[in-house]
Formats: sequence, C-alpha cells, structure tokens
Amino acid sequence: MAQAESQLHPISTYFKIWGWLFVLSAFSYAVDYFHVESYLRWTLILIFMMAKAGLIVAFFMHMKWERLALIYAILLPPGLVLVFVALMVFEADYTFLTRGVFFSP
Amino acid sequence: MTQTTMTDIGESLARPSGMAGFVADWSSDQRAFKPVPWGKVMMWIFLLSDTFIFSCFLLSYMKVRISTTVPWPNPSEVFALSFGGEPIPLILIAIMTFILISSSGTMAMAVMFGYRKNRKATAILMLVTALFGATFVGMQAFEWTKLIEDGVRPWGNPMGAAQFGSTFFMVTGFHGFHVSVGVIFLFAVARKVWRGDFDNETKGFYTSRKGNYEIVETMGLYWHFVDLVWVFIFAFFYLW
Repeated sequence: MAQAESQLHPISTYFKIWGWLFVLSAFSYAVDYFHVESYLRWTLILIFMMAKAGLIVAFFMHMKWERLALIYAILLPPGLVLVFVALMVFEADYTFLTRGVFFSP
Repeated sequence: MTQTTMTDIGESLARPSGMAGFVADWSSDQRAFKPVPWGKVMMWIFLLSDTFIFSCFLLSYMKVRISTTVPWPNPSEVFALSFGGEPIPLILIAIMTFILISSSGTMAMAVMFGYRKNRKATAILMLVTALFGATFVGMQAFEWTKLIEDGVRPWGNPMGAAQFGSTFFMVTGFHGFHVSVGVIFLFAVARKVWRGDFDNETKGFYTSRKGNYEIVETMGLYWHFVDLVWVFIFAFFYLW
C-alpha cells in the first residue's frame, strides 16, 4: 500500500473525534429539547450539522490527509447543490404564493 | 528498432504538495489521483453521486415544506416517545443518532487496525459496527411501525401537511436501505478479514485477484457516508 505510512494515525485521534461527535450531537439534540426557536434554532442546527459533517469527512474519511486533487474533485461539486437550493427556494415561494391566491375565498 | 527509450526511471519522484501538487496532478497525461488506490477513488466518486441523490431528496423535501399551505407536523412531538411518564421529545431519533455515531467510531478504528494489518481487531471492530448498524435499522423499523399505527401514510396523516408522510418514508427509507446494504457489505468484508484472505493473499471468488486491507478503508468510506447522510437528515428533517 503506497499510502500506508501516511495513514497511520494514533488511536487517540479517533477517540477525540468520536468524543466531539457525541458532544455535538448532544448539543443539537439539546436545541430541540430546550425548545430554542426561530433563527437561533436554525443557526445552531446548521453550525452543529456542518461541524459534525466536517469532522466525519476530514478525520473518519481521511480527507484531511488526501492530496488536493482528490479533495477538490470530491468536495467542490456538492457546493453547486447550493445553487439548486437557491433556485428551489424561489420556486417554492412562488408556489406558496400562487396557492395562497388560488385557494383564497 | 534496435534502441528502446527508457521511460521508466525506476523510482517514483516525490510529488509536490498543496496547490502546486493539485496543478501537477491534473496536468499532462497521467493518473490524476496519484497515490490513491483505484478502489478508493471509485468509492469516493460513487459517494459523490450518492450525495447528489440525497441532495435531491432533501431538496424536494425543502420545496414541499416551503410551498405547503397546511401546517407542517411538529417532528419534536411526532417522534416523541414515552417510557411510562411524560413523553420525551425526539428521544428515539437521538438514540439512533448516537448508535450511528458509535458505529462510525468503531468503523474508523477498524480501518486503523486494517492499516496495521491487525486481522482480529479489524474483523471484530467491523462486526461491532455491523451490529450497531443492524440495531439502527431495527429501531427504524420500530419507528416506521409506530408512525404507521398513528395513521401516517405517504399520501396523508392526521397531524398536518400530507407531504410529511411522503418525504419521511422516502428519505428515511432510502437511508435505511443504505444502512442495510452497508451491514451486509460489512459482514462480507469482515468474514474475509477474519478468514485471513488479506494476509494469505487468497484469490477472490469473483475477481480471481488477490485482495488486501484497502477494502476495509473503502468499506469504511461507505459506512461513514451513511453516518454523514444521517447528520443531514437529522438536522433538516427531525430538528428543523
């Protein structure tokens, strides 16, 4: 294995990340448990979500130690989904408003 | 032709790293993903395509949730579970989340022991991962049963917007299917590791080629991806 020597990380690395994932999950559950609402709720959910996703991809999936060529090939394309999200938000708002007009008495 | 040109210098040159490495890897006629085993690259590309599938599911969920004029059922209450006393909001989903994260942890360690060619530890950790995964699927089956008993159907439910049921069954069903496939995949690879196929370089049944411990990491990528998708489903479907 060409990569073997570069992928030998001590077990403590994995335990640390594991611990962080538990803590972050507990935090995101706490957001629901303590009924945090509205913008604060959505911000917290997104922060914890991105932190967890980042830890999993970077450490558990070893992306942190890959070459830049692979990192860009895999991580940049999903970013384009955000364009799709923006399009669908406009589309959904339009549908919602149209329904409001159509179903109004 | 009496003379041949030596194109193979016999040793690999050190590759530049960082941005210079990125440019060097992609330019000229060569393999772009330098020291990466092909199985791992293929798994990454499969996961990228799977990312788009799940993105489309979550996007359609977002779209119907924004555009519905009927109130969306409160997931916090729908997925609450009572252990004799007051119902605890979202407790089953929280337990499922922790189980999946635990399985990701054991999988990461299985990969680590795979790199060290520790046969027993790798196989045992993979089996533990598979058992966590099976537990997750079991709890999901319980969750589905409970919701179906409560009258949630893909075309409607007593709590509010009809789209709740359709997106719920589609998104969690597809994710649960991924977990189930992962559990089977885990058992298959764990069996090979346990048998010592990768230490004795036994030829594969289908491919007739020698396998090695790289498959453990490839398998691990798939499993971590399943966990990764759950992070997004948990945030967008259950918490939002």
